[in-house]
Amino acid sequence: MIVAADSVSVRYRGAEADAVSGVSFAVTAGEMVAIGGPNGCGKTTMLRALQGLVVPTSGQVLLDGRPVASWTRRQVAQLIGALPQREEPAFPMRVEDAVALGRWAHLGAFAAPGARDHDAIDAAIARCDIESLRQRRIDTLSGGEWQRVRLARTLAAQPRALLLDEPTSALDVGHEMALFELMRDLADTGIAVVVVTHHLNVAARFADRMVLMQHGRVTREGPPRAAMTSELLSDLFSWPVRITTLPDGVPQFVAERDPERADHG
Amino acid sequence: MVVTIAFVACIAGLMIGTVPIAPADALRALIDPDAADAPIVRLLRAPRVLLAFGVGGVLAVAGASLQALVRNPLAEPWILGLSGGASLGAVVATVVGLPAGWGIPACATAGALGAVALVYRISRIADQHLDPRVLLLAGVIVGAFASAITTLVLIFADPMRFRSATLWILGGFSGASWHGVRDFAIVAVVPSAVLLALARQLDLLALGDEPALALGADVDRTRTLVVVMTSILTAATVASAGVIGFVGLVVPHALRWTIGPMHRRLLPLAFLAGGAFTVAADTLARTVAQPAELPVGAITAIVGVPLFAVLLRRTIQ
Repeated sequence: MIVAADSVSVRYRGAEADAVSGVSFAVTAGEMVAIGGPNGCGKTTMLRALQGLVVPTSGQVLLDGRPVASWTRRQVAQLIGALPQREEPAFPMRVEDAVALGRWAHLGAFAAPGARDHDAIDAAIARCDIESLRQRRIDTLSGGEWQRVRLARTLAAQPRALLLDEPTSALDVGHEMALFELMRDLADTGIAVVVVTHHLNVAARFADRMVLMQHGRVTREGPPRAAMTSELLSDLFSWPVRITTLPDGVPQFVAERDPERADHG
Repeated sequence: MVVTIAFVACIAGLMIGTVPIAPADALRALIDPDAADAPIVRLLRAPRVLLAFGVGGVLAVAGASLQALVRNPLAEPWILGLSGGASLGAVVATVVGLPAGWGIPACATAGALGAVALVYRISRIADQHLDPRVLLLAGVIVGAFASAITTLVLIFADPMRFRSATLWILGGFSGASWHGVRDFAIVAVVPSAVLLALARQLDLLALGDEPALALGADVDRTRTLVVVMTSILTAATVASAGVIGFVGLVVPHALRWTIGPMHRRLLPLAFLAGGAFTVAADTLARTVAQPAELPVGAITAIVGVPLFAVLLRRTIQ
């Protein structure tokens, strides 16, 4: 297990309820796990707990079998490439420099990047197919290009796990599919990929496992075919949901119209 | 390029003045203590140019670092209230009669740190996420508050000390001496080196807290170090030359525009360019209205305020 949570609960100071409550969860090399659930169900808090950015009120997080609290921030960054949801850089740098920042966890304060660092940066740029953007300024990129640059930045650290928080939420379908294809490829090369997403239909086509959360708890965990049922999703989103199946057997959900209003639509 | 500009500014600073000196003579006077122009160059102009260069360089480095810290190109020691706090600390030290060598820089540092703490506190009341607009407003308010308290302190001071404190508040480099250069260097070298060593972490900090943490930066430690080091640097400049605004705004902005925002290049070049800018401003200040001398802060403000307006417009949009 690269990343494992054992009965983790998190309660923010002054909050009435746990943001995450008794969640156990693990991901191994080469596996792609999608975490879904309604807004405020604790997905992002869970990702933060896995990186040691919030301290659990109970339970523990293990990275490579060792409690996360015993890791330095730099060590965590070498193991886990995390992509927070929001990011607004204050100053527009070039794509190449942005990707190179991903190497920081491997560099000393004064050490200049060496051959190994440059190789890792070049490999990450090639992997995310952003070679042609190298010299562009990041404030000139489209949403899809920017997400690929950010992903390349996390890959430059050569992490063994990726924790991605809604990486496709601002992207159109084409860019979203391209990014999911890339995440799947990365998992197939042996990286453990955890992606938080609202887009369960897309996730169901790529993920090995889905973890569905509600009110800070895991309500269902398993392969998409087992996890995505109409009862569960209807309950999860407090809205009637129907499941259809693609020719390859992958479940897809369709949210129903409100029957009382559908006639007027 | 920047090195050439810095060199030209320094030579010009040595040449220009009530007694004009040719470039070759100015350089000869630096090397040969018996040269005709040696007294003017070696005793008056060289320490003045050197101090102006150091003060300007350090202000630009502090400005660039603060801008990464608060993720806003409008941040600057004067605008964030650090200079005002440092100035109050220095006036208190003067009025109480502490020795200039360590008393003024120490009290000025305490004043700058106090001002930053207050600015942070006020900003946090309004908004947990340190909205740039709130932060700047808080900085200006704290600066105004510090200047009000400074006036009060001066009114209750005894006449002799009032006079020396007022002369000092006017600032500038007219009192520059080799002792002054040495005192400034002792205080400024270590914090400047620390900020240079933090260059990569400033790059990460400028991305925002969450991305910086994800990439392995120790955000809280870096932030504390930057606040303390920029406070000491601001205090050193205020103790040596009074309050000079906008160098930390103009110089990093112009450089980012030409060489980009990566701090490993930006900080060293900001030192050189800030030095050159301030030497040029000082040379202008002591020559345009001869024999009177303009406050150097007035020159930097004339350049800085229009730029501030342009940047403000861009940031708010």
